[in-house]
Amino acid sequence: MANHQHAPAPVGGSLITPTTLVAGVLVAIMAAVLLVRLFFGLGSVTNINDGYPWGIWVVVDVIIGSAFACGGFAVAMLVYIFNRGEYHPLVRPALLGSLFGYTLAGAGVIVDLGRWWNFWHIFTPGYINPNSVMFEVAACISLYILVMWIEFSPAFLEKLEKYDAKKKLNKVLFVFIALGTLLPMMHQSSLGTLLVVMGIQIHPLWATPLEPLLYLLTAITMGYAVVLFESCVSALGYRRSIETHLLTPLSKVMLGVLAAYLVVRLGDVVVRGAIVRAFGFSLEALMFWIETACFVAPLVLLSSEEKRRNPAKLFLAGVLLMLGGALLRIDGFLIGYETGDGFKYFPALPELMVTVGMFAIEVLGYIIITRRFPVLPREAATH
Amino acid sequence: MSTRRDFLKGVLASGAAVTAAAVTEPAVARETKSRPPEALGLLFDATLCVGCKACVSACKQVNNLPPEFSTADPLWDTPLDTSAYTFNVIKMYRNGTMAAKDHETDGFAFMKVSCMHCADPSCVSACPVTAMTKDPVTGVVGYDPDRCIGCRYCVAACPFGIPKYQYDSPTGKIGKCELCRHRYKDGKYAACAEVCPTGATLFGKSSDLLVEAKRRLALKPGAPMKVQRGKIGGPDQSYEAVAGNYLQHVYGEKEYGGTQVLKLSGVTFEKVGMPDLPENAAAALSETIQHTLYANMIMPVAVLGALTFVAKRNVKHDDDKEGN
Repeated sequence: MANHQHAPAPVGGSLITPTTLVAGVLVAIMAAVLLVRLFFGLGSVTNINDGYPWGIWVVVDVIIGSAFACGGFAVAMLVYIFNRGEYHPLVRPALLGSLFGYTLAGAGVIVDLGRWWNFWHIFTPGYINPNSVMFEVAACISLYILVMWIEFSPAFLEKLEKYDAKKKLNKVLFVFIALGTLLPMMHQSSLGTLLVVMGIQIHPLWATPLEPLLYLLTAITMGYAVVLFESCVSALGYRRSIETHLLTPLSKVMLGVLAAYLVVRLGDVVVRGAIVRAFGFSLEALMFWIETACFVAPLVLLSSEEKRRNPAKLFLAGVLLMLGGALLRIDGFLIGYETGDGFKYFPALPELMVTVGMFAIEVLGYIIITRRFPVLPREAATH
Repeated sequence: MSTRRDFLKGVLASGAAVTAAAVTEPAVARETKSRPPEALGLLFDATLCVGCKACVSACKQVNNLPPEFSTADPLWDTPLDTSAYTFNVIKMYRNGTMAAKDHETDGFAFMKVSCMHCADPSCVSACPVTAMTKDPVTGVVGYDPDRCIGCRYCVAACPFGIPKYQYDSPTGKIGKCELCRHRYKDGKYAACAEVCPTGATLFGKSSDLLVEAKRRLALKPGAPMKVQRGKIGGPDQSYEAVAGNYLQHVYGEKEYGGTQVLKLSGVTFEKVGMPDLPENAAAALSETIQHTLYANMIMPVAVLGALTFVAKRNVKHDDDKEGN
């Protein structure tokens, strides 16, 4: 069967490589920083302050990190909801990236919480505040992490040769797939709604009641962009052929969502009149144009079928869309956030090392799991 | 062929579910809340303030807060702003020669900075674990560290920059003015108002304070003005002062649906650090969005139903193809 050669298989090979060693060292540095944080408080390793109570641990590790981790959701939605079975080989690797991204976003929340030992309050009736957007985000992300581990578990069950269990799980898997599509829609949009209660403190270019829609649409484009990025990088890293036959049509779906986003985004700033603030000399105006350029460029870069077959262009478009989505979030939560005079924020070195360490865990985990568990499609020629 | 048809079916099914949910669900727009009838608050009259900072000191004392130093020699408490250890400060406005008090140009003025106790507080809406609460009777916005998870969303949300966090502690708490709610049971009230020698900070019911504020605004600048000290309705500690050259604006009467702390000033409020806020609270918009999308979980459940239906069919296809 044509499909059989694409069945997932472990890549194999050594786990000790220059990449894994570097990642390991970065993770160790992160652990040391977190130990200091644990005993001496958030101020001992970060530059967050009362003007910028959320630094990169929230904005990058959690808000951007979880959006980068939308590959699994975006591809699974395409395959199982829109019944595009041809993309099936992309599901597992994308889901693995998402699993790590979200699990780490969850872990990132815990290290940033000032009173982390009370974390369970967020799930406990009597404590819960249903009016809080933060509650919606936290409850929904936690549930999604659980759902994703279940969605991914067939890979572990295959490795452990528990075929009976896998068969049973497969019978109910559609429930988890449906949940796994709904939950990210809910919390990715709510991550944008987080800005609404901050009111006048958010620069008009990023303050809109359409926030949830903007964050949802960009989470989807970032999800597909990450799949392009991941496929190119793992093809390069493992010396496998690039799956252009899948990535080319996938990029077309991505461009469709992107076009919808741009219509909403630009329409919104024009209708609200905020666009005038983009024409002036300010950091916010500059950032707005850089962010917008990152979203517009892929439309040009991948404008024809021929261009969409070019792996370098696919990769570049993917990187630009990841950057654009990241900038939308950094601009809203940090650069366009103005709380009053006298407050400045730029991450401290130890603070940066934690964010770097989080991404290093992701790389390390991805390498270990793809080398040992059946995730990536089997390569016909080289094995 | 069949793939394309299924694809379209998927689009239609999920589209229909979303539309149905959106149409049948009445919009639950949440109006901006107003002050409770018995709300307690303060009236701060900048024209009466002499900048003695007795209120800053008293606040530290009754709330057991440590001194904060901003001078080379740590001799006495010199906070420059509110913090998790300083719930109340007097800030100074200066312009040009600083010749006249309460003048915007070539003048100076004082402004009290502490919690405004909003009618519709952003911090209370933001808090995921109900650690920030608004008392249904007094309207005082209080904080409970035993509930708090330390996410600092309240710090980010407040337009006045009031809730603040202890970044220097491994078990940091939020610190903010709670209008001395712990002193009411002993018949006492906000310490800042209690010690104010000029009546610039006056404690009382917000409704009474608003009447008092409007009485002062109606007076001619320089006219004799009887001023009560301490608490409206408390023992008579009034004295004869003169009416200031007020802006015709009671800050806090309408901002964000109203605040329980009200302010009078001779200098434009934005210049003395009070933000220009709309009458509708950001919390109302935020909760309207949240509750429109999640009213009774009808929409999520409807979408989930459609997704489950479609996924069930498509996953089966998948198994067939793989020959499992």
